Amino acid sequence: MPMKLSDLTSHAGEWLRGSGPMSEVVISSRIRLARNVAGYPFLAKCSRGQRTTLEHKIRDTILGANISPQTLYVDLENAPDTDRQLLVERHLISKPHAAAEGARGVAIGENETISIMINEEDHLRIQVLRSGLQLEEAWDQINKLDDLLEAKLDYSFHPRFGYLTACPTNIGTGIRVSVMLHLPALKITGEIEKVFRAAKDMRLAVRGLYGEGTEATGDFYQISNQTTLGKSEEEFISDFKHLVIPKIIDYEHQARRILAKERTVGLDDKVYRALGVLRCARLISSEETLNLLSHLRLGVNLERIKEIELRTINELFLLTQPAHLQKLHGKKLDGDARKQARADYIRSRLNGQ
Amino acid sequence: MAGLWFTTRRARLMLKCDNCNKPATVHLTEIRNGKKIEKHLCEQCAAQNEGLPVKSHTPINELLTNFVMAHSGLQKETTAGQACELCSMTWSEFRQGGLFGCANDYTVFEKDLTPLLQRAHEGATHHVGKVPTRRGGTGVPMKKTVDLSKLRKELQRAVEAEDYEKAAKVRDQIKIAEG
Repeated sequence: MPMKLSDLTSHAGEWLRGSGPMSEVVISSRIRLARNVAGYPFLAKCSRGQRTTLEHKIRDTILGANISPQTLYVDLENAPDTDRQLLVERHLISKPHAAAEGARGVAIGENETISIMINEEDHLRIQVLRSGLQLEEAWDQINKLDDLLEAKLDYSFHPRFGYLTACPTNIGTGIRVSVMLHLPALKITGEIEKVFRAAKDMRLAVRGLYGEGTEATGDFYQISNQTTLGKSEEEFISDFKHLVIPKIIDYEHQARRILAKERTVGLDDKVYRALGVLRCARLISSEETLNLLSHLRLGVNLERIKEIELRTINELFLLTQPAHLQKLHGKKLDGDARKQARADYIRSRLNGQ
Repeated sequence: MAGLWFTTRRARLMLKCDNCNKPATVHLTEIRNGKKIEKHLCEQCAAQNEGLPVKSHTPINELLTNFVMAHSGLQKETTAGQACELCSMTWSEFRQGGLFGCANDYTVFEKDLTPLLQRAHEGATHHVGKVPTRRGGTGVPMKKTVDLSKLRKELQRAVEAEDYEKAAKVRDQIKIAEG
Protein backbone atom coordinates (compact mmCIF):
# COMPACT_ATOMS: atom_id res chain seq x y z
CA MET A 1 0.00 0.00 0.00
CA PRO A 2 1.57 3.31 -0.98
CA MET A 3 1.99 5.80 1.85
CA LYS A 4 0.66 9.32 1.73
CA LEU A 5 2.12 12.45 3.26
CA SER A 6 -1.06 12.96 5.28
CA ASP A 7 -0.37 9.65 7.05
CA LEU A 8 2.50 11.39 8.81
CA THR A 9 0.72 14.45 10.15
CA SER A 10 -1.12 13.29 13.23
CA HIS A 11 1.74 11.63 15.13
CA ALA A 12 5.47 12.01 15.67
CA GLY A 13 8.10 9.93 13.90
CA GLU A 14 10.12 7.16 15.57
CA TRP A 15 12.88 9.56 16.54
CA LEU A 16 10.54 11.65 18.72
CA ARG A 17 9.03 8.79 20.65
CA GLY A 18 11.00 9.91 23.71
CA SER A 19 12.74 6.63 24.36
CA GLY A 20 16.15 5.29 23.46
CA PRO A 21 19.38 5.50 25.46
CA MET A 22 19.98 8.81 27.29
CA SER A 23 16.69 10.15 26.00
CA GLU A 24 16.36 12.53 28.97
CA VAL A 25 19.11 14.62 27.33
CA VAL A 26 19.62 13.19 23.85
CA ILE A 27 16.57 13.74 21.66
CA SER A 28 17.91 12.11 18.53
CA SER A 29 20.96 10.77 16.70
CA ARG A 30 21.39 11.50 13.03
CA ILE A 31 23.88 10.34 10.42
CA ARG A 32 23.89 11.54 6.86
CA LEU A 33 26.02 10.56 3.88
CA ALA A 34 26.60 12.81 0.87
CA ARG A 35 26.87 10.97 -2.46
CA ASN A 36 26.98 11.92 -6.14
CA VAL A 37 26.36 9.85 -9.24
CA ALA A 38 29.39 9.46 -11.53
CA GLY A 39 29.02 10.77 -15.08
CA TYR A 40 26.84 13.77 -14.18
CA PRO A 41 27.96 17.26 -13.14
CA PHE A 42 27.30 18.39 -9.58
CA LEU A 43 24.06 20.34 -9.25
CA ALA A 44 25.60 23.81 -9.69
CA LYS A 45 26.52 22.87 -13.27
CA CYS A 46 23.55 20.60 -14.11
CA SER A 47 21.22 21.63 -16.91
CA ARG A 48 17.47 21.41 -16.24
CA GLY A 49 17.41 18.25 -18.31
CA GLN A 50 20.27 16.61 -16.40
CA ARG A 51 18.63 17.54 -13.12
CA THR A 52 15.39 15.90 -14.16
CA THR A 53 17.19 12.80 -15.47
CA LEU A 54 19.03 12.47 -12.16
CA GLU A 55 15.84 12.85 -10.17
CA HIS A 56 14.12 10.09 -12.18
CA LYS A 57 17.14 7.79 -12.14
CA ILE A 58 17.76 8.05 -8.40
CA ARG A 59 14.05 7.87 -7.52
CA ASP A 60 13.62 4.71 -9.60
CA THR A 61 16.71 3.18 -8.02
CA ILE A 62 15.49 3.91 -4.49
CA LEU A 63 11.98 2.64 -5.15
CA GLY A 64 13.38 -0.46 -6.86
CA ALA A 65 15.90 -1.22 -4.10
CA ASN A 66 13.33 -2.14 -1.43
CA ILE A 67 14.87 0.09 1.18
CA SER A 68 11.83 -0.23 3.42
CA PRO A 69 8.54 -2.18 3.48
CA GLN A 70 6.75 1.12 2.87
CA THR A 71 8.45 3.99 1.10
CA LEU A 72 6.92 7.41 0.61
CA TYR A 73 8.27 9.50 -2.25
CA VAL A 74 7.54 13.22 -2.36
CA ASP A 75 8.14 15.18 -5.57
CA LEU A 76 9.20 18.45 -3.95
CA GLU A 77 9.16 20.51 -7.12
CA ASN A 78 5.40 20.06 -7.39
CA ALA A 79 4.52 19.78 -3.69
CA PRO A 80 2.59 22.60 -1.97
CA ASP A 81 4.51 24.90 0.40
CA THR A 82 2.85 23.48 3.51
CA ASP A 83 3.94 19.95 2.61
CA ARG A 84 7.53 21.05 2.18
CA GLN A 85 7.39 22.97 5.45
CA LEU A 86 5.92 19.90 7.16
CA LEU A 87 8.88 17.81 6.03
CA VAL A 88 11.30 20.44 7.36
CA GLU A 89 9.54 20.43 10.73
CA ARG A 90 9.89 16.63 10.82
CA HIS A 91 13.62 16.92 9.96
CA LEU A 92 13.08 14.82 6.83
CA ILE A 93 14.37 17.52 4.45
CA SER A 94 16.59 20.56 4.99
CA LYS A 95 15.40 24.16 4.77
CA PRO A 96 17.45 24.81 1.60
CA HIS A 97 15.97 21.68 0.00
CA ALA A 98 12.45 22.95 0.73
CA ALA A 99 13.23 26.40 -0.69
CA ALA A 100 15.19 25.30 -3.79
CA GLU A 101 13.93 25.15 -7.37
CA GLY A 102 13.93 22.48 -10.05
CA ALA A 103 13.53 18.72 -10.06
CA ARG A 104 14.13 17.33 -6.57
CA GLY A 105 12.52 14.99 -4.10
CA VAL A 106 12.73 12.93 -0.97
CA ALA A 107 12.17 9.26 -0.22
CA ILE A 108 11.06 8.42 3.31
CA GLY A 109 11.00 4.95 4.86
CA GLU A 110 11.21 2.77 7.97
CA ASN A 111 8.84 4.82 10.08
CA GLU A 112 10.66 8.04 9.13
CA THR A 113 14.03 6.82 10.37
CA ILE A 114 15.24 6.93 6.75
CA SER A 115 15.10 9.86 4.40
CA ILE A 116 16.96 10.26 1.13
CA MET A 117 17.03 13.74 -0.37
CA ILE A 118 17.54 13.85 -4.12
CA ASN A 119 19.20 16.89 -5.73
CA GLU A 120 19.88 18.80 -2.54
CA GLU A 121 23.45 20.18 -2.52
CA ASP A 122 24.60 16.74 -3.68
CA HIS A 123 22.74 14.26 -5.88
CA LEU A 124 21.96 12.17 -2.80
CA ARG A 125 21.83 13.05 0.85
CA ILE A 126 21.06 9.85 2.72
CA GLN A 127 19.92 10.30 6.31
CA VAL A 128 19.09 8.03 9.23
CA LEU A 129 17.45 9.60 12.28
CA ARG A 130 16.84 7.65 15.49
CA SER A 131 15.63 8.54 18.97
CA GLY A 132 18.08 8.89 21.86
CA LEU A 133 21.77 8.10 21.61
CA GLN A 134 21.85 5.41 18.90
CA LEU A 135 24.79 6.34 16.72
CA GLU A 136 26.06 2.82 16.11
CA GLU A 137 22.59 1.57 15.23
CA ALA A 138 22.19 4.54 12.91
CA TRP A 139 25.53 3.76 11.25
CA ASP A 140 24.58 0.09 10.72
CA GLN A 141 21.31 1.13 9.16
CA ILE A 142 22.74 3.81 6.87
CA ASN A 143 25.74 1.71 5.86
CA LYS A 144 23.43 -1.07 4.63
CA LEU A 145 21.20 1.44 2.90
CA ASP A 146 24.22 2.98 1.18
CA ASP A 147 25.32 -0.52 0.02
CA LEU A 148 21.86 -1.19 -1.42
CA LEU A 149 21.94 2.02 -3.45
CA GLU A 150 25.56 1.62 -4.45
CA ALA A 151 24.76 -1.77 -5.97
CA LYS A 152 22.62 0.10 -8.51
CA LEU A 153 24.29 3.52 -8.82
CA ASP A 154 27.85 4.41 -9.79
CA TYR A 155 29.01 6.77 -7.08
CA SER A 156 31.55 9.45 -7.82
CA PHE A 157 34.68 8.34 -5.96
CA HIS A 158 38.30 9.48 -6.03
CA PRO A 159 41.16 7.32 -4.72
CA ARG A 160 42.63 10.20 -2.75
CA PHE A 161 39.59 12.33 -1.88
CA GLY A 162 37.08 9.51 -1.30
CA TYR A 163 33.43 10.22 -2.03
CA LEU A 164 33.32 13.40 -4.07
CA THR A 165 30.88 16.10 -3.01
CA ALA A 166 29.94 19.49 -4.41
CA CYS A 167 31.47 21.22 -1.38
CA PRO A 168 35.01 20.13 -0.46
CA THR A 169 34.16 20.38 3.25
CA ASN A 170 32.18 17.14 2.84
CA ILE A 171 34.61 14.99 0.84
CA GLY A 172 36.14 11.75 2.03
CA THR A 173 33.53 9.90 4.00
CA GLY A 174 30.79 12.43 3.20
CA ILE A 175 29.54 11.77 6.70
CA ARG A 176 27.86 14.11 9.10
CA VAL A 177 27.17 12.75 12.55
CA SER A 178 24.92 14.86 14.72
CA VAL A 179 23.02 14.58 17.93
CA MET A 180 20.19 16.80 19.09
CA LEU A 181 20.55 17.61 22.77
CA HIS A 182 18.05 19.16 25.16
CA LEU A 183 20.05 21.25 27.63
CA PRO A 184 17.59 23.34 29.68
CA ALA A 185 19.43 23.06 33.00
CA LEU A 186 22.74 24.33 31.55
CA LYS A 187 20.79 27.24 30.08
CA ILE A 188 19.10 28.07 33.39
CA THR A 189 22.33 27.85 35.39
CA GLY A 190 24.13 29.96 32.77
CA GLU A 191 26.71 27.27 32.06
CA ILE A 192 25.84 26.61 28.44
CA GLU A 193 29.16 28.20 27.44
CA LYS A 194 30.83 25.04 28.75
CA VAL A 195 29.22 23.12 25.91
CA PHE A 196 30.37 25.61 23.30
CA ARG A 197 33.91 25.42 24.63
CA ALA A 198 33.94 21.61 24.72
CA ALA A 199 32.58 21.49 21.19
CA LYS A 200 35.02 24.08 19.91
CA ASP A 201 37.98 22.23 21.40
CA MET A 202 36.98 19.19 19.41
CA ARG A 203 36.22 21.14 16.24
CA LEU A 204 32.53 20.42 16.34
CA ALA A 205 29.75 22.71 15.23
CA VAL A 206 26.87 23.74 17.50
CA ARG A 207 23.65 24.63 15.74
CA GLY A 208 19.99 25.24 16.48
CA LEU A 209 16.89 23.11 16.07
CA TYR A 210 16.76 23.10 12.29
CA GLY A 211 20.46 22.94 11.45
CA GLU A 212 22.83 25.36 9.82
CA GLY A 213 22.03 29.00 10.52
CA THR A 214 19.11 28.39 12.91
CA GLU A 215 18.77 29.46 16.53
CA ALA A 216 18.75 27.25 19.57
CA THR A 217 15.07 27.69 20.44
CA GLY A 218 13.62 25.57 23.21
CA ASP A 219 17.12 24.82 24.54
CA PHE A 220 17.77 22.35 21.74
CA TYR A 221 21.32 22.17 20.44
CA GLN A 222 22.57 20.15 17.52
CA ILE A 223 26.20 19.10 17.72
CA SER A 224 27.93 17.78 14.63
CA ASN A 225 31.32 17.02 13.11
CA GLN A 226 32.87 19.51 10.72
CA THR A 227 35.61 17.38 9.22
CA THR A 228 34.92 14.41 6.97
CA LEU A 229 38.36 13.48 5.65
CA GLY A 230 41.24 11.53 7.20
CA LYS A 231 39.29 9.31 9.58
CA SER A 232 37.02 6.35 8.95
CA GLU A 233 33.28 6.57 9.53
CA GLU A 234 33.62 4.36 12.62
CA GLU A 235 36.31 6.65 14.04
CA PHE A 236 34.15 9.75 13.59
CA ILE A 237 31.26 8.00 15.30
CA SER A 238 33.36 6.57 18.09
CA ASP A 239 34.95 9.96 18.90
CA PHE A 240 31.53 11.44 19.06
CA LYS A 241 30.04 8.72 21.17
CA HIS A 242 32.89 8.32 23.61
CA LEU A 243 34.61 11.70 23.83
CA VAL A 244 32.12 14.44 23.13
CA ILE A 245 28.61 13.46 24.03
CA PRO A 246 29.16 11.81 27.44
CA LYS A 247 30.93 14.97 28.62
CA ILE A 248 28.04 17.22 27.64
CA ILE A 249 25.43 14.83 29.04
CA ASP A 250 27.39 14.83 32.27
CA TYR A 251 27.41 18.65 32.46
CA GLU A 252 23.65 18.71 31.94
CA HIS A 253 23.05 16.02 34.58
CA GLN A 254 25.17 17.93 37.10
CA ALA A 255 23.25 21.15 36.41
CA ARG A 256 19.93 19.27 36.79
CA ARG A 257 21.04 17.79 40.12
CA ILE A 258 21.99 21.23 41.41
CA LEU A 259 18.66 22.68 40.33
CA ALA A 260 16.70 19.85 41.95
CA LYS A 261 18.65 19.86 45.22
CA GLU A 262 19.68 23.43 45.85
CA ARG A 263 17.28 25.52 43.83
CA THR A 264 14.11 23.46 44.17
CA VAL A 265 11.70 26.36 44.57
CA GLY A 266 13.18 28.28 41.65
CA LEU A 267 13.00 25.16 39.49
CA ASP A 268 9.40 24.38 40.47
CA ASP A 269 8.45 27.99 39.82
CA LYS A 270 9.73 27.76 36.24
CA VAL A 271 8.19 24.35 35.63
CA TYR A 272 4.74 25.18 37.04
CA ARG A 273 4.62 28.60 35.39
CA ALA A 274 5.27 26.85 32.10
CA LEU A 275 2.52 24.31 32.79
CA GLY A 276 0.16 27.09 33.92
CA VAL A 277 0.60 29.14 30.77
CA LEU A 278 0.41 26.14 28.46
CA ARG A 279 -2.79 24.92 30.14
CA CYS A 280 -4.50 28.30 30.10
CA ALA A 281 -3.22 30.43 27.22
CA ARG A 282 -5.65 31.37 24.45
CA LEU A 283 -3.07 32.74 21.98
CA ILE A 284 0.50 31.46 21.89
CA SER A 285 3.43 31.85 19.49
CA SER A 286 5.62 29.02 18.29
CA GLU A 287 8.68 30.39 20.06
CA GLU A 288 6.95 30.84 23.42
CA THR A 289 5.59 27.31 23.09
CA LEU A 290 9.03 25.83 22.51
CA ASN A 291 10.52 27.67 25.46
CA LEU A 292 7.71 26.68 27.84
CA LEU A 293 7.67 23.07 26.64
CA SER A 294 11.41 23.00 27.31
CA HIS A 295 10.85 23.88 31.00
CA LEU A 296 7.97 21.46 31.21
CA ARG A 297 10.11 18.68 29.77
CA LEU A 298 12.78 19.40 32.37
CA GLY A 299 10.11 19.21 35.10
CA VAL A 300 8.88 15.84 33.84
CA ASN A 301 12.44 14.49 33.54
CA LEU A 302 13.18 15.51 37.12
CA GLU A 303 9.84 14.09 38.28
CA ARG A 304 8.61 17.44 39.55
CA ILE A 305 5.55 16.76 37.41
CA LYS A 306 4.31 13.20 37.20
CA GLU A 307 0.97 13.33 35.43
CA ILE A 308 2.33 14.22 32.00
CA GLU A 309 4.18 11.77 29.77
CA LEU A 310 7.44 12.66 28.06
CA ARG A 311 5.98 11.38 24.83
CA THR A 312 3.15 13.93 24.99
CA ILE A 313 5.64 16.75 25.36
CA ASN A 314 7.81 15.46 22.52
CA GLU A 315 4.76 15.28 20.29
CA LEU A 316 3.73 18.80 21.23
CA PHE A 317 7.16 20.10 20.22
CA LEU A 318 6.42 18.83 16.72
CA LEU A 319 2.66 19.14 16.30
CA THR A 320 2.54 22.81 17.39
CA GLN A 321 4.86 23.85 14.53
CA PRO A 322 3.14 26.00 11.85
CA ALA A 323 2.81 23.44 9.04
CA HIS A 324 1.64 20.67 11.39
CA LEU A 325 -1.02 22.89 12.94
CA GLN A 326 -2.32 23.84 9.52
CA LYS A 327 -2.39 20.21 8.42
CA LEU A 328 -4.28 19.22 11.58
CA HIS A 329 -6.83 21.95 10.86
CA GLY A 330 -6.94 21.17 7.17
CA LYS A 331 -6.61 24.84 6.18
CA LYS A 332 -4.21 27.74 6.00
CA LEU A 333 -3.97 29.69 9.26
CA ASP A 334 -2.34 33.10 9.63
CA GLY A 335 -1.28 35.25 12.58
CA ASP A 336 -3.70 35.13 15.48
CA ALA A 337 -5.73 32.29 13.98
CA ARG A 338 -2.62 30.13 14.12
CA LYS A 339 -1.76 31.24 17.65
CA GLN A 340 -5.28 30.43 18.73
CA ALA A 341 -5.24 27.02 17.08
CA ARG A 342 -1.92 26.28 18.77
CA ALA A 343 -3.17 27.30 22.22
CA ASP A 344 -6.38 25.27 21.74
CA TYR A 345 -4.45 22.20 20.71
CA ILE A 346 -1.99 22.42 23.62
CA ARG A 347 -4.85 22.86 26.12
CA SER A 348 -6.62 19.83 24.73
CA ARG A 349 -3.50 17.69 25.05
CA LEU A 350 -2.43 18.88 28.52
CA ASN A 351 -5.84 19.09 30.18
CA GLY A 352 -7.13 15.90 28.66
CA GLN A 353 -4.94 13.63 30.78
CA MET B 1 21.93 34.76 19.64
CA ALA B 2 24.59 35.70 22.14
CA GLY B 3 27.26 33.18 22.92
CA LEU B 4 26.39 30.83 20.11
CA TRP B 5 28.62 30.78 17.10
CA PHE B 6 27.65 29.39 13.78
CA THR B 7 30.48 28.38 11.50
CA THR B 8 29.18 27.88 8.02
CA ARG B 9 31.07 25.54 5.76
CA ARG B 10 31.37 28.22 3.12
CA ALA B 11 32.89 30.64 5.59
CA ARG B 12 35.62 28.18 6.36
CA LEU B 13 36.54 27.82 2.71
CA MET B 14 36.00 31.34 1.53
CA LEU B 15 37.68 33.68 3.94
CA LYS B 16 38.07 37.05 2.34
CA CYS B 17 40.68 39.65 3.20
CA ASP B 18 39.51 41.95 6.02
CA ASN B 19 40.66 45.00 4.04
CA CYS B 20 39.76 44.23 0.46
CA ASN B 21 37.77 41.56 -1.31
CA LYS B 22 40.62 39.31 -2.37
CA PRO B 23 40.87 35.80 -0.90
CA ALA B 24 42.62 35.85 2.47
CA THR B 25 45.75 33.73 2.50
CA VAL B 26 47.41 35.12 5.63
CA HIS B 27 45.74 34.26 8.94
CA LEU B 28 46.93 35.99 12.08
CA THR B 29 45.92 35.45 15.67
CA GLU B 30 46.97 38.17 18.08
CA ILE B 31 46.48 38.39 21.80
CA ARG B 32 45.91 42.05 22.68
CA ASN B 33 44.93 43.00 26.26
CA GLY B 34 44.01 39.39 26.91
CA LYS B 35 41.62 39.35 23.96
CA LYS B 36 42.07 37.08 20.98
CA ILE B 37 41.96 38.96 17.69
CA GLU B 38 41.85 37.06 14.44
CA LYS B 39 42.86 38.74 11.19
CA HIS B 40 42.48 37.35 7.71
CA LEU B 41 44.38 39.22 5.03
CA CYS B 42 45.48 38.84 1.46
CA GLU B 43 49.22 38.86 0.84
CA GLN B 44 49.35 42.49 -0.28
CA CYS B 45 47.45 43.85 2.70
CA ALA B 46 49.49 41.70 5.05
CA ALA B 47 52.70 43.11 3.60
CA GLN B 48 51.43 46.71 3.69
CA ASN B 49 49.56 46.83 6.99
CA GLU B 50 51.37 44.36 9.13
CA GLY B 51 54.78 44.65 7.52
CA LEU B 52 54.76 40.91 7.18
CA PRO B 53 57.10 39.30 4.73
CA VAL B 54 54.92 36.53 3.46
CA LYS B 55 56.03 32.93 2.96
CA SER B 56 59.41 33.31 4.57
CA HIS B 57 58.90 31.29 7.72
CA THR B 58 57.89 27.83 6.65
CA PRO B 59 58.38 25.49 9.58
CA ILE B 60 60.86 22.70 8.98
CA ASN B 61 58.34 19.89 9.35
CA GLU B 62 56.05 21.55 6.81
CA LEU B 63 58.94 21.75 4.37
CA LEU B 64 59.68 18.08 4.90
CA THR B 65 56.02 17.16 4.61
CA ASN B 66 55.75 19.02 1.34
CA PHE B 67 58.91 17.36 0.15
CA VAL B 68 57.72 13.85 1.01
CA MET B 69 54.26 14.49 -0.41
CA ALA B 70 55.66 16.01 -3.59
CA HIS B 71 57.80 12.94 -4.19
CA SER B 72 55.06 10.44 -3.51
CA GLY B 73 53.08 11.47 -6.57
CA LEU B 74 50.26 12.75 -4.38
CA GLN B 75 50.16 16.23 -5.85
CA LYS B 76 49.90 17.12 -9.47
CA GLU B 77 51.07 20.37 -10.93
CA THR B 78 48.24 22.58 -12.18
CA THR B 79 47.88 26.12 -13.38
CA ALA B 80 45.65 28.40 -11.35
CA GLY B 81 44.03 30.17 -14.30
CA GLN B 82 42.78 26.91 -15.78
CA ALA B 83 39.13 26.02 -16.36
CA CYS B 84 37.71 22.49 -16.09
CA GLU B 85 37.29 21.13 -19.62
CA LEU B 86 34.11 19.29 -18.62
CA CYS B 87 32.09 21.82 -16.62
CA SER B 88 34.03 25.07 -17.30
CA MET B 89 34.48 25.75 -13.57
CA THR B 90 37.36 28.10 -12.76
CA TRP B 91 39.20 28.45 -9.47
CA SER B 92 37.85 31.96 -8.87
CA GLU B 93 34.28 30.84 -9.60
CA PHE B 94 34.71 28.08 -7.04
CA ARG B 95 36.10 30.51 -4.46
CA GLN B 96 33.05 32.70 -4.89
CA GLY B 97 30.41 30.00 -4.59
CA GLY B 98 32.20 27.39 -2.48
CA LEU B 99 30.86 24.56 -4.64
CA PHE B 100 32.48 22.57 -7.39
CA GLY B 101 30.79 21.89 -10.73
CA CYS B 102 31.84 18.30 -11.35
CA ALA B 103 34.04 15.47 -10.12
CA ASN B 104 36.81 16.41 -12.56
CA ASP B 105 37.34 19.73 -10.72
CA TYR B 106 39.02 17.80 -7.92
CA THR B 107 41.67 16.64 -10.37
CA VAL B 108 42.01 19.96 -12.20
CA PHE B 109 42.39 22.02 -9.02
CA GLU B 110 44.02 19.40 -6.82
CA LYS B 111 47.11 21.48 -6.10
CA ASP B 112 45.25 24.68 -5.18
CA LEU B 113 42.72 22.74 -3.17
CA THR B 114 45.19 20.96 -0.90
CA PRO B 115 45.86 23.84 1.55
CA LEU B 116 42.13 24.58 1.78
CA LEU B 117 41.37 20.96 2.53
CA GLN B 118 44.01 20.84 5.21
CA ARG B 119 42.42 23.84 6.88
CA ALA B 120 38.92 22.43 6.65
CA HIS B 121 39.84 18.89 7.69
CA GLU B 122 42.35 19.33 10.50
CA GLY B 123 45.33 18.68 8.29
CA ALA B 124 43.96 15.55 6.61
CA THR B 125 44.53 15.22 2.88
CA HIS B 126 43.52 11.64 2.10
CA HIS B 127 40.40 9.57 2.44
CA VAL B 128 40.36 6.78 4.97
CA GLY B 129 37.19 4.78 5.31
CA LYS B 130 34.48 3.23 3.23
CA VAL B 131 35.19 2.48 -0.43
CA PRO B 132 32.39 1.61 -2.86
CA THR B 133 32.55 -1.95 -4.15
CA ARG B 134 31.89 -0.79 -7.70
CA ARG B 135 34.43 1.69 -8.86
CA GLY B 136 32.30 4.69 -9.79
CA GLY B 137 34.13 5.22 -13.06
CA THR B 138 37.60 5.76 -11.57
CA GLY B 139 38.98 2.61 -13.15
CA VAL B 140 40.92 1.73 -9.99
CA PRO B 141 40.20 -1.75 -8.67
CA MET B 142 38.77 -1.70 -5.17
CA LYS B 143 41.43 -3.71 -3.36
CA LYS B 144 44.19 -1.46 -4.60
CA THR B 145 42.38 1.66 -3.45
CA VAL B 146 41.94 0.25 0.02
CA ASP B 147 45.63 -0.56 0.30
CA LEU B 148 46.59 2.85 -0.99
CA SER B 149 44.45 4.72 1.46
CA LYS B 150 45.95 2.66 4.28
CA LEU B 151 49.47 3.42 3.09
CA ARG B 152 48.69 7.09 2.76
CA LYS B 153 47.41 7.22 6.28
CA GLU B 154 50.56 5.48 7.42
CA LEU B 155 52.61 8.05 5.52
CA GLN B 156 50.71 10.89 7.13
CA ARG B 157 51.26 9.40 10.59
CA ALA B 158 54.96 8.88 9.98
CA VAL B 159 55.33 12.48 8.83
CA GLU B 160 53.38 13.76 11.82
CA ALA B 161 55.61 11.71 14.11
CA GLU B 162 58.60 13.15 12.21
CA ASP B 163 59.76 9.61 11.45
CA TYR B 164 61.12 10.48 8.04
CA GLU B 165 62.93 7.20 7.57
CA LYS B 166 59.63 5.34 7.81
CA ALA B 167 57.92 8.00 5.72
CA ALA B 168 60.40 7.44 2.91
CA LYS B 169 59.77 3.67 3.03
CA VAL B 170 56.00 4.10 2.92
CA ARG B 171 56.37 6.61 0.10
CA ASP B 172 58.24 3.97 -1.94
CA GLN B 173 55.51 1.43 -1.20
CA ILE B 174 52.91 3.91 -2.47
CA LYS B 175 54.90 4.39 -5.66
CA ILE B 176 54.99 0.64 -6.24
CA ALA B 177 51.29 0.24 -5.44
CA GLU B 178 50.42 3.01 -7.89
CA GLY B 179 52.42 1.18 -10.53
